[in-house]
Amino acid sequence: MSTVVTGQIAGGADLKRLSPRFWLARQTELALVWGPLFIVALVVALIVHVSAADLLPVVIALIAGVAWLVERGRYRSWGYTEREDDLIVVRGLMFRHVSVVPYGRMQFIDVTAGPIDRAFGLATVQLHTAAAATDARIPGLVRAHADALRDRLALVGEAKATGL
Amino acid sequence: MSASPPPFQAAVPLEVGETWRRLHPLSPIVRFGRVLIGVLVIAVPSIAEQPGLHRDAGLPISLIIYAGLLALGGVGGFISWMVTRWRIADGNLQIETGFIRRQSLRIPLARIQAVDVIAPLSGRFLGLAEVRVVSAGRGAEHGRLAYLTAAQAPIVRARLLALAHGLEVSTPEPDALPLLHVQNGLLLPALLMRSQVLAPILIAVAAVAAIAAAPVVGAGALGSAVTVLVISGLGVARAFNEDFDFAISEAGDGVRLDRGLLQRRHETIPYGRIQAVRVVEPFFWRALGWARLEVDVARQSVSRETDRDAQQVARTLIPVASRDQALWLLARVMPDAYPDPPPGAGPPSRARLKAPLSFHFLAAWFGQRYVYARTGRVQRSTIIVPLVKVQSVRLKSGPLQRGFHVATVDVDTAGRRWQASARCRDEEEAVTMVRHISERARLSRRVPPPRPANPVPVPAAG
Repeated sequence: MSTVVTGQIAGGADLKRLSPRFWLARQTELALVWGPLFIVALVVALIVHVSAADLLPVVIALIAGVAWLVERGRYRSWGYTEREDDLIVVRGLMFRHVSVVPYGRMQFIDVTAGPIDRAFGLATVQLHTAAAATDARIPGLVRAHADALRDRLALVGEAKATGL
Repeated sequence: MSASPPPFQAAVPLEVGETWRRLHPLSPIVRFGRVLIGVLVIAVPSIAEQPGLHRDAGLPISLIIYAGLLALGGVGGFISWMVTRWRIADGNLQIETGFIRRQSLRIPLARIQAVDVIAPLSGRFLGLAEVRVVSAGRGAEHGRLAYLTAAQAPIVRARLLALAHGLEVSTPEPDALPLLHVQNGLLLPALLMRSQVLAPILIAVAAVAAIAAAPVVGAGALGSAVTVLVISGLGVARAFNEDFDFAISEAGDGVRLDRGLLQRRHETIPYGRIQAVRVVEPFFWRALGWARLEVDVARQSVSRETDRDAQQVARTLIPVASRDQALWLLARVMPDAYPDPPPGAGPPSRARLKAPLSFHFLAAWFGQRYVYARTGRVQRSTIIVPLVKVQSVRLKSGPLQRGFHVATVDVDTAGRRWQASARCRDEEEAVTMVRHISERARLSRRVPPPRPANPVPVPAAG
C-alpha cells in the first residue's frame, strides 16, 4: 500500500519527489528545536547531581532521533505527478493520502514560503478548490520549480475550468 | 419609535429604477427586537421593585438610565435606518449602509441564484418581511433587505428574479408546481419517533422501574435520562418550529420550500447549487417506511456578515415522507438516483473488526452519474453526490486500515456539511474506485447535466 497503489492510481506515471533541499530545511528545523533542548538537558545533567538527571540528555537525544526518523519518512512519502487532466498528490507516513484534484476544479493557487524555506530557496504550492477538504499541497519545491508549476497549473486550470 | 406603522411606500407602486429607497422605518425594531425585549425583561421588574423613596426627588435613577439606553438604542436604530438605502440599477442590486464605516454592496443581477423571503415572528406582527439574495461565486456577498412590508417583499423578489433571468421587469414570479406537503400531524410523531427522543424515554421508564430495586442507581439514571430528554425535547421543538407546514414545490430554476411556524420562510434551492443529498432513515422510521431527505448546498461565504441567522440555509428537502415519496422527490432533484446498494457494494467481511458498529449498513457504490455512500448503525444514512459536483477524490489509509488491507475513499464537494466517504474498501477496489470516480467525474463535466424530466404523479403515502 504505498508506491504500488499510488502507481496504479497514477496510471504508471512516475511520482516526482521533493527537492533534497527540503530535507535539509526540515533537518535544520529539527536541529533548531532539539539542539538547544539537548544543550539545556546536558547542562542540567552536569549541574544537578541526581542519577535520574543523567538520563535526561539521553532521553532528549532518543526523542530527537525518533522525530528525525518520522520527518525523514514524511519527506520520502511526499510525491506528486501532473497528469493530463488532474494532479495527484501523495503524502503521509502513518496516514497515507492520495489526492486526485482535477485541473478544472482549481479555484486559485497559493505559493507560500516560511523563513526557513526561504533561506533554502524553497516554496510550497497549494491548490484550492471549492471544497474545503481538498488538501493538495506540495511543499519543498525549489522556488523556480514552484513558480513554473504554478504557472503551468494556472494555464491548464484556465483551459479546463468548469463552474460549481 | 412610534407604535403604529406610518403609511410608507407600500401604497405607492414600487417602480424599479434609479431611485434610492429606504427600508421600512420599523426595521430597527424587528432587527433589535430581541435586545429590546431583553432590556425590558431586565428593566421592568427592577423598576417595579424600586421602593418609592426617590419619588419626592423626581424619577428613580435606574428609570432614567433605562430610558436613556432605550433612547440611545432608538437613535442608533433610526440612524442605521436613515443611512441604509437600496436600489436596482445598472444591472446591480445596490445596498448602501453604515454611518461611520460606509459600506456599499453591489450584487450583479446576473449572478443572483436565489431570492428568499423570510418573515420572522416579530416581523409578522408588524407586517414586515426580509428579502435575502443569494448570489453565486466564492466570497460572493449575500444581500439582505431587512425589512420591507410583507406586500412589497414578494414583488421585489419577483422583479429581482425576472431581472436576473433577463426578462421584463414586470414578469411575475414563475409558477411553482407543488410537489409534496407534509402534514403537521405526521411531522410531530415522526420527530418524536427519532431514537434520540425514544431512547431517553425508554431509559427513564427503565429507571423508574429500577428505583424499586436499586434506588440510588435508578434515581441517578432517571436524572440523566430526564436531562437528555429535555435537550432532545428542545431539539424536537426547534425542528417542529422550523419545518412546520412544510411544502415543497418545483419551479424552473430550483425547488421552492415554504416552512416555519413562528418564522415563515419562502426559499429557493437552485438545482445547480445542490452538491449532495442525504437520505436519512432513523431506526424506528424504517419499520414504518419513512425517510427524510437533506440537502447540502454550495458553501456560503462567511465574510463580514456576522449574523448567525443569515448563514442558515435550507438543509431539509423533506422532513418526513414515506420512502416511496422520498425516492420520488429524490428523482426530481437528482434524476436516476437510486439510494439502495447493488450486491457487492458492502465492504469486505474482514472490515467487520475495523468498523464493528457501522459495518451493518456500510456500503459505497457509484454509477454513471452519482457516487453513493451509506453508513450508520442505528440510523441509516445514504449520501448521494453527483459526479458533476465532485471537486477532488482522495484515498486515505491509516496504519490500522493497512493492517486490514482496507482503505477509505473520500469524494469532496463544494458543500460544507458532508463528503461522500467510502470507508473500509478493499485496497485494490479503493484504487479502482478512485480511478473510475475521477475519470467519470471528468467525463460528466464535459456533458451538461440533464434537466429534470416532466413530473410524474406523486406516489401514495405509506
